[in-house]
Amino acid sequence: MAALEEEFTLSGVPLSAGPDGLLGVEPSDRTDQFLVTHSGRTVILYKVSDQKPLGSWSVKQGQIITCPAVCNFQTGEYIVVHDDRVLRIWNNEDVNLDKVFKATLSAEVCRIHSVQGTEPLVLFKKGAIRGLEALLAEPQQKIETVISDEEIIKWTKIFMVFKHPVLIFITEKHGNYFAYVQMFNSRILSKYTLLPGQEEKSAIQSFAASANRKFISLMSLSSDGCIYETLIPTHPSDREKNQVVVRSLLLKAVVSGDVRNGVALSVLDQDHIAVLGTPLSASKECLSIWNIKFQTLQASKDLLQGTSGQLWYYGENLFMLHGKFLTVIPYKCEVSSLAGALGKLKHSYEPGSHAVPHFVNWETSQEYGLGSQNSEQSRILRTRKVEVSLQPAVSASAQLLLTIKNDTEKHIEVELRKFLAIKQTPEFHTTIGDIVTGLLGRCKAEPSFYPRNCLMQLIQTHVLSYSLCPGLMEVALEKTDVQILQLCLQQFPDIPESVTCACLKIFLSIDDDSLQETDISTESVFDYSDTVRDEKMEEQTEIMENGFNPEEDNSNKEKPQGTTEETTLSPVTPKRAALLRNAVLHSAYSEAFLLPHLKNIPAQHVTLFLQYLYFLYLKCSENATMTLPGIQPPTLNQIMDWICLLLDANFTVVVMIPEAKRLLINLYKFVKAQISVYSELNKIEVSFRELQKLNQEKNNTELYSIEVLELF
Amino acid sequence: MGEFRVHRVRFFNYVPSGIRCVAYNNQSNRLAVSRTDGTVEIYNLSANYFQEKFFPGHESRTTEALCWAKGQRLFSAGLNGEIIEYDLQALNIKYSMDAFGGPIWSMTASPSGSQLLIGCEDGSVKLFQITSDKIQFERNFDRQKSRILSLSWHPSGTHIAAGSIDYISVFDVKSGSATHKMIVDRRYMGVSKRKCIIWGVTFLSDGTVISVDSAGKVQFWDSATGTLVKSHLIANADVQSIAVSDQEDSFVVGTAEGTVFHFQLVSVTSNSNEKQWVRTKPFQHHTHDVRAVAHSPTALISGGTDTHLVIRPLMEKVEVKNYDAALRKITFPHRRLISCSKKRHLLLFQFAHHLELWRLGSTVATGKNGDILPLSKNADHLLQLKTKGPENIICSSISPCGSWIACSTASRFFLYRLSYERDSISLQRVPKMPAFLRSALQILFSEDSTKLFVASNQGSLHIIQLSEGCFKHLHTFQPQSETVEAMCLLAVSPDGNWLAASGTSAGVRIYGLKELKPHCTVPAYNFPVTALGIAPNTNNLVIAHSDQQVFEYSIPDKQYTEWSRAIQKQGFHHLWLQRDTPITHISFHPKRPMHILLHDAYMFCIIDKSLPLPNDKTLLYNPLSLTNESDVIRRRTAHAFKISKKYKPLLFMELLDERTLVAVERPLDDIIAQLPPPIKKKKFGT
Repeated sequence: MAALEEEFTLSGVPLSAGPDGLLGVEPSDRTDQFLVTHSGRTVILYKVSDQKPLGSWSVKQGQIITCPAVCNFQTGEYIVVHDDRVLRIWNNEDVNLDKVFKATLSAEVCRIHSVQGTEPLVLFKKGAIRGLEALLAEPQQKIETVISDEEIIKWTKIFMVFKHPVLIFITEKHGNYFAYVQMFNSRILSKYTLLPGQEEKSAIQSFAASANRKFISLMSLSSDGCIYETLIPTHPSDREKNQVVVRSLLLKAVVSGDVRNGVALSVLDQDHIAVLGTPLSASKECLSIWNIKFQTLQASKDLLQGTSGQLWYYGENLFMLHGKFLTVIPYKCEVSSLAGALGKLKHSYEPGSHAVPHFVNWETSQEYGLGSQNSEQSRILRTRKVEVSLQPAVSASAQLLLTIKNDTEKHIEVELRKFLAIKQTPEFHTTIGDIVTGLLGRCKAEPSFYPRNCLMQLIQTHVLSYSLCPGLMEVALEKTDVQILQLCLQQFPDIPESVTCACLKIFLSIDDDSLQETDISTESVFDYSDTVRDEKMEEQTEIMENGFNPEEDNSNKEKPQGTTEETTLSPVTPKRAALLRNAVLHSAYSEAFLLPHLKNIPAQHVTLFLQYLYFLYLKCSENATMTLPGIQPPTLNQIMDWICLLLDANFTVVVMIPEAKRLLINLYKFVKAQISVYSELNKIEVSFRELQKLNQEKNNTELYSIEVLELF
Repeated sequence: MGEFRVHRVRFFNYVPSGIRCVAYNNQSNRLAVSRTDGTVEIYNLSANYFQEKFFPGHESRTTEALCWAKGQRLFSAGLNGEIIEYDLQALNIKYSMDAFGGPIWSMTASPSGSQLLIGCEDGSVKLFQITSDKIQFERNFDRQKSRILSLSWHPSGTHIAAGSIDYISVFDVKSGSATHKMIVDRRYMGVSKRKCIIWGVTFLSDGTVISVDSAGKVQFWDSATGTLVKSHLIANADVQSIAVSDQEDSFVVGTAEGTVFHFQLVSVTSNSNEKQWVRTKPFQHHTHDVRAVAHSPTALISGGTDTHLVIRPLMEKVEVKNYDAALRKITFPHRRLISCSKKRHLLLFQFAHHLELWRLGSTVATGKNGDILPLSKNADHLLQLKTKGPENIICSSISPCGSWIACSTASRFFLYRLSYERDSISLQRVPKMPAFLRSALQILFSEDSTKLFVASNQGSLHIIQLSEGCFKHLHTFQPQSETVEAMCLLAVSPDGNWLAASGTSAGVRIYGLKELKPHCTVPAYNFPVTALGIAPNTNNLVIAHSDQQVFEYSIPDKQYTEWSRAIQKQGFHHLWLQRDTPITHISFHPKRPMHILLHDAYMFCIIDKSLPLPNDKTLLYNPLSLTNESDVIRRRTAHAFKISKKYKPLLFMELLDERTLVAVERPLDDIIAQLPPPIKKKKFGT
């Protein structure tokens, strides 16, 4: 449940905040430290947990800060702009802002954006965007105009999407709003016109946005007190045209429309937003947390002394100006769900999702060294391509994971082939596991997405196991993809019995036509037409193998023609046989765990499987070595174990089925024959042993001998 | 190194007795083993499982129970109805006491170690108090209907469980009355057997009684209510023995089929406190009945009719995964049973109740390595000497000249004079042995056969002068300190000037024989001595210890030799130290003083002190392929240890002359062939 904790103020000294409040609150490169820029001349660095300032810097009298100070996460320096064009860069050691690095730019700056993992970006008032490094290399470079004259930038925000910054800014022109999205990986600027929804008839007062892999979700709080959502794709389909996006109602009547100080909106996580404003029912300003999924108010806090209508959210803290003090309200949201309450919550951890959340993740930046290292690495990756080859597998797999997330099946396949062609690294199997998990994650998200060929390729790398990608067989079972299942059964050493049984069910139930279409390797199944059909011969061998006298069991001789037919013809098609034989019979299992699952197989299928197993047994006993022809045939023991298991699990059912009657009689005869063989063998065992003893005595050297031994 | 003509002898028809009881002593890490012929052996598990002491058997004294009590006192009880305490210092029987209850089937010491409980044929359970030097009868418990085959104390000492035929009784120790009688199901797999014998019971501290019986069951009983809690059917034959660990988290049972099962108390699920007994591991190291099991903190110990003592370390309890973690199978005694007359090529074999004298054959043929030469004369069985009386022979010896044979039982000493006349041989017993020569632990003749050295169990060494059919007592070395410790090993120098003697724990003492007084003592070493030998000419004493170290000590200089220091500095080859049988005999080449011949049960080795010592990188055992290499390579890879593993199990090896060796082997198959047949197990259709 989302909850607001006890608020605290950051400084005992009243802030000289002007009527417009603060210019901004920005995170610094240390956890818990924030840069607060007053809309005057001062920048203060606060340590939130200590509730006290660590440093304060001011510009000269007469100068005025026009853009909130930010921290360059790559260098740890602070950047601020005063008088629209003058850029100042300093660090903690500097005391006086007048003496620090200064660059005068040729155009007016609107905002500087800085997030973890990329260099700061400078947004000019006319819509142009420059990287800080490029800008500092030539401060007086010409800055182009992107937006039209009357457009004014109202709101800006930066996201990291797939490790690349995406900057969005909203402009207004005569009451119309336009959204510009600048992608830095492709250097594309897309423009969208924000159209109000049908029911919306009011001016927008505040914006907030969050981004996921595909969309930027832009939320706007209108003067009617409702929150509207606009989805802007992060990967524009049409680059040229001016596109139109429509706002839709997300949350109704959150705050009252006419407010003195304005309202503010902030996205907390994918389900929660914070709204600062005056609720409809009350007259006091208040901070409220809304769950947009369930449309419920989760928490609210009255702010009696009034606010400036500004709200920032970093880490777990909400910052706002309450009265004359900068106030911090910690916000906590524990994930709760019905499944969680019932104890069935599965923590879906996707190793592939590296997307930086829409707010700066303080968990990762807590260790500054590590964070900067990461950014360093990504910077190297972008700028110096030569050095990329230092860690090809890691980056290649990361690249591939990216591809998996949003590319087409064809493209993924090509990429995967390229990836697999690279030499295997020690962590190859975990990488493969990640890739499979990535693919499966997308499968689950997009029902139409099923990269069959990729999965096949991956399974055939021989490094996967069931525990490495538990979802794979589930997906294959869902899609009844027998070929994948066959491969899995052959390759994975650790398939749980329940899954083996589910596969068995599918193999038995799938109809022959659909089986015919699939491409199953039947190489291990021997050709049935080759088997000798000499009935006489067969009868004889059978008697020999079973080892009982024909006189003893006369019914054997009066075998109806059908039985002979049955023994020579497989009850299943070769493809099904291939599935059953090599996939299922070879799989490892533990009886105790398999039995309960076997009980769930329908009786007809049990009969079919039994018939097939019996057929295999007969084939086995045709030759003296008691083996089946073909590549990697199941052993006699495997066949027998499966027959026993099936009968153990389903005997009461099978015994009632008329079709199974003959089969059961045959099996009964077989067991009877075996028992008689073994009892005979036990009878002559003593003779065997005597023979063995005689043999040993012959080998035994004399009781006394004189030998020559040379020692070296 | 050279070529030898090896007399390969396999006619030593020795069959060890089956193991009846084992008792583990946690304090000293020693294991007492009793055999069906009444022999009791003490193994020191800390000293590489060396059998450091033994008490000779007695025909009428079949031990049925063996236990340690009051720290390190050892008691046994048997079917003659007597309780025996052993003197572990003097290696004799301290006393025996009739319990007056008929044959004794079971015995157990109380958890405190101060009381002894026996179960008798007449159904009585008797309690004895262990006093400082004896035991004293205290009282009887309620008499039961049939013999008491197994007993166990509750760890608190308040209750005991007694296994009888068809039922288990639980007694209250204070009142001496039976509080519960738990009837055991006679049926075995649906078929009613005549009787169900409770071969073993164990009382756990939570009140559970575990029983093993002749129907193949391991059963758990609740002693408070007298009800059966759980039953495991583990064998088609009797389950004969049970032993539980001190922590009561695991126990071991042995069955008549030769299988040993390990049961462990394991959690039902990975993190629950609920635990249950689970049969975890079966071991099949025996072919016959496992009559006795013991549970040391780190190993399962089992022994039975097939005469092997098996020590199976529990891998999860072994901290260092070294060679100690390997399975040990001890079959042969760690002492010599064979002596040899070099001059006449005679071998004297010692059995439990008789001696056999054999003359080796001869050949005139020559051959190359590996050839078996045609015999011009086969080996002869010259005579068989039976001792009178029920006692087992402790030791025996034949003089190098072949004209004297001496042997000793626990109460009598025998000396025989042999005379050879062409093919015939005549034997004459030397009469009137002096009273002090009653029992000997070790007998040795001097090289010139004029002196006889006898180590008695009182710690004294007697020297006897032998001459044409008569003998004269020369001197007796009395033990130096008050602690009476029996001497078990003797060695005399070939020149007859020095005598070395070693006991079970203290160091080796050296006596001068000319002046007849103690010469010096070799510095004490942690591990017991397994073999001694004095080299000709140099009078260097070679000592082998149970941890496989070999020392060479110069008797005239009273210090370790340079070579010994060198090898101690470098350390023995790791494979040498990993051998698991002790060196039982050391002898020397008469012409090559640099050579030492020593052997254990699985190899013999000639150490050439002139060659460089092997380090851990060199091959210790020369592989056969090297024999085909050129001389250069051979010389380059040559090192001091020339080892042959051709003859095994090797009970005795001696140099008869420069070019002739005699090796006595006892193949295990021959032993098994003489054992009663094991329980027949179905081979087909299982």
